[in-house]
Amino acid sequence: MAAVTPLLSTRGLRRSFGGLKAVDHVDFDLPAGEIRAIIGPNGAGKTTFVSLICGRVLPSSGTVTFDGKDISGLQAHQRVRAGIAYTFQITSVFANLTAFDNVALSVQRRLLDGKDKSGALHDGVMDALQKVGLTGHANAVAGKLAYGHQRLLEVAMGLALKPRLLILDEPTQGLSDGEIANFIALVRDLSKETTILLIEHNMHVVMELAGRITVMEQGRILAEGTPEAIRADADVQRAYLGA
Amino acid sequence: MTGRAPSGRVFALHAAVILGLLILNFVLPEYHRGVFSRVLVLAAFAMGYNILFGYTGLLSLGHAMFFAAGLYGAGLPVYHLDWSVAPAFIAGIVSGAVLALAIGFLALRTTGVAFMIVTLMFAQVFYLITLFFTTYTRGEEGLVIRQDLRHLRMGDLDLALTDPSLRYLIALVLFSAVLIVTLFIVRSPFGRSLVAIRENEERMRMLGYNVFTNKLAAVVLSGAFCAASGAAYALLFGYVGSGFASIQYSILPLLWVLLGGAATTLGPLIGTLFMFYIVDFTSGFMPAYLLVVGAALILLILFFPKGILGSIRERWAPWLP
Ligand SMILES: Nc1ncnc2c1ncn2[C@@H]1O[C@H](COP(=O)(O)OP(=O)(O)O)[C@@H](O)[C@H]1O
Ligand SMILES: [Mg+2]
Repeated sequence: MAAVTPLLSTRGLRRSFGGLKAVDHVDFDLPAGEIRAIIGPNGAGKTTFVSLICGRVLPSSGTVTFDGKDISGLQAHQRVRAGIAYTFQITSVFANLTAFDNVALSVQRRLLDGKDKSGALHDGVMDALQKVGLTGHANAVAGKLAYGHQRLLEVAMGLALKPRLLILDEPTQGLSDGEIANFIALVRDLSKETTILLIEHNMHVVMELAGRITVMEQGRILAEGTPEAIRADADVQRAYLGA
Repeated sequence: MTGRAPSGRVFALHAAVILGLLILNFVLPEYHRGVFSRVLVLAAFAMGYNILFGYTGLLSLGHAMFFAAGLYGAGLPVYHLDWSVAPAFIAGIVSGAVLALAIGFLALRTTGVAFMIVTLMFAQVFYLITLFFTTYTRGEEGLVIRQDLRHLRMGDLDLALTDPSLRYLIALVLFSAVLIVTLFIVRSPFGRSLVAIRENEERMRMLGYNVFTNKLAAVVLSGAFCAASGAAYALLFGYVGSGFASIQYSILPLLWVLLGGAATTLGPLIGTLFMFYIVDFTSGFMPAYLLVVGAALILLILFFPKGILGSIRERWAPWLP
């Protein structure tokens, strides 16, 4: 790949839960502008790995470098401000607030940091809702939205932060085929401005979107390469694709 | 179209409440005007408690210490050092805010039940301190601030805080100020952040919010409001005693807020008023009145778990802040 410094790298990243090595000495590089998919069986450590990157979970050892700076010592909220957004695998919206107010919390945070004008809040929220196709649900209470719509709202909250790295943890789980098609178009569009790290089980989505794929198994990186290379890899087939 | 509570209605309602209370000064019989004066001051205490409990979702069992910090912070300098009323009031607020900053800094390392216990223990320490320095505080017996010290003097103006009408009006000014600031906070980005932290702290962190500093700010504001109430109480009613630092005064604001409606701007007033009159009414003709009060509270919470105003908001007026 290109010789420029990657947007994100991890070195020797480890995390154990009791005796279980959820993430086991992972060295990982992600160049800016890429859509990277992480695949692997349930329990492979994908969620734990990205949680170490965004600071939700503390590492047992190892470092995370973002944009050339060591961010290992930063707290989760500081990493978000540095430009890393995470959307939860288990939908985590504000159930009692409207979709509008959910996204407004993202936009508000972003505006607090910058020097945007008033009116920017409303526009920023509607822009994010429009991107995920939830404009018509702006005033609906989040907890009463259909499951698929809650997933999309989760994504809208992430992208409304205008992050430099957007981590999506199984975003298409529970979406209909039509919604998945829209989602693919959305991520392609977002990738013009944002680097994307996508944990995904749906191989169709992975093959459509990913520039490169990282395969995890038992806390380690088993393989990494282009979609074609991964599809052809015998180890991967045995471990994951089940062929 | 997309949006948020209609501002016009909200401001009109709050203005009407304040205006209504102003009119009551001129129509209430003397006894009830006295009750209302006390209720208005204590409603400010309840509103302060509501910032933390209702909006931020942190249940403190130690807010008596913030009320008492205001009470002593204002009362002691007047009693012992002949301070005049205005600087004493400020001293009361500052005492509460500084105490809240220190307590918040330590107690916010915990959540849930641990937070309740830690705040309870700090308040108990505060209570014991007021007893320990009994030379200055006279402990449970307390201090009575002389009437001639309770004058607000500005230039040629000399207002006696002991005058019932003036006392009511000053209580109303305090109440209105705290109400308006609360309304402002609740509708601000900061207030929305507090509610969101109450709803889902982890998500807020992952939206880039510093949850700890937001909560700390809520504790300090809450402490400052409660202290303002305590300071006003000392100066208006002229009594400063350890009883106000006891556990009872940590439980009362919780009950007032629950009764009126947690996380509603006007609920604390309704709850405080309601409870005063239940106690007043029942104690008039039965010795076991606290039993009746307890039963009434249990019934209310059973049928209106969100409190009076919370239930109204849920059923009829979702726009209420
Ligand atoms: N908070 C936790 N406590 C204990 N074990 C955990 C925790 N989080 C994850 N694990 C374990 O770590 C392993 C990796 O989990 P996870 O990262 O969620 O995998 P994936 O996202 O690939 O399905 C699993 O065996 C899981 O049970
Ligand atoms: Mg996972």
